[in-house]
Amino acid sequence: MYDAGKIIPGLIVFVGLMLFAIYYNVGNKIEDPKPEKPVGYTSCVLPLEEIRAEHMVLLNEWRDEVIREGKREKVEAGGKMYEKSLQNGCMHCHTSQEKFCDQCHKYASVNPYCWDCHVTPEYGKALGEAN
Amino acid sequence: MDSTRRKFLKIAGLSAVAGIGAPAGLNMLMNKNVQAAGGHGDAAPAAHGGGHGEAPTGKRYGMVIDTVKFHERPGLAEKAIKACHSYHNVPDFGNNKDEIKWLWNERFANAFPDKSHYKKDDDLNSNQFLVLCNHCDNPPCVRACPTKATFKNKDGIVMMDFHRCIGCRFCMAACPYGARSFNWRDPRGEKDGRPFIKETNKLFPTRMRGVVEKCNFCSWRLAQGKEPLCVEACGGTGAMVFGDLNDPHSEVSQVLRTRFTIQRKPTLGTKPSVFYII
Repeated sequence: MYDAGKIIPGLIVFVGLMLFAIYYNVGNKIEDPKPEKPVGYTSCVLPLEEIRAEHMVLLNEWRDEVIREGKREKVEAGGKMYEKSLQNGCMHCHTSQEKFCDQCHKYASVNPYCWDCHVTPEYGKALGEAN
Repeated sequence: MDSTRRKFLKIAGLSAVAGIGAPAGLNMLMNKNVQAAGGHGDAAPAAHGGGHGEAPTGKRYGMVIDTVKFHERPGLAEKAIKACHSYHNVPDFGNNKDEIKWLWNERFANAFPDKSHYKKDDDLNSNQFLVLCNHCDNPPCVRACPTKATFKNKDGIVMMDFHRCIGCRFCMAACPYGARSFNWRDPRGEKDGRPFIKETNKLFPTRMRGVVEKCNFCSWRLAQGKEPLCVEACGGTGAMVFGDLNDPHSEVSQVLRTRFTIQRKPTLGTKPSVFYII
């Protein structure tokens, strides 16, 4: 082998760098995300498993229905009617982005751009039912 | 061998011609049928003035702005602008170049450039005229938009889906009314400690940098059976009348039937839905 003196140390450094992340995190306990549940509300617009996995799809569907098709009728959950809206629907109950949305998003390392435009309500303060 | 090749080429040629020609021919036939059924807008030679005379199908929201009433009540236009801009989180960047406009005042010469004539009366020259997106029946911005971020909804409102806007600004170039504004800066930012949005309304989103925005005729309020915010701000003055242009019994139709109104740049064929009493 030519240049074994360069290739072999190079390989060792490369493998070492690749394995560093595993070595560094070994034994670290990663905390499960703990999204804060809204107080006083028991049911969401979809069953828990579905909303957990599919909320982004639902939000896109709502957006298209509301903006493009004009279907703005409210959706029912646990006897209450909610707007098809992230800002005025979901965040009516889940009032904190940091304590609810970001918990799992950070854990899963996803960065949705919802809040580039949508405004988060005041923490702990449900928005008016009418809007 | 020669004769079979000759035959083959003939058949291949004929089928190629038929294959290319048939869909075009079918299309023509189909279009004829559509036109016979009475297309909306396209086949209207009386399109010049817009709105009048065509067979109305479905809703078409529109507005009459009585500029006389606005001029009799100084401050009313500003009140309407404030009602709109404060609710919709319209930023104020502090300079005219970056200005975001949903509803704004314009001089007569700028709002109605085709109505220019020698010796206008003093009021026309000195007064301001309230302008907004015309929600055209034939909107050039919609044709220009490459992503369908702007489109005409079933109520005749030219809507914006801010999610889909890529900020190409073709719509701004296409709009002859200057009704579209581009966010050159982040609307949530600030300059010298002054935030661009004075007080954020928590019920409405802001926009982000690189997005075009304009008046949406308060489509979300219409769904709740309310009038647009600007119309509401004018109260019972009748300075702004909103309604369905296709409904002959709506208030806006009554006003249009009984008063002489003008549109902005009607000769362009965009068929604006906003009418002015001068």
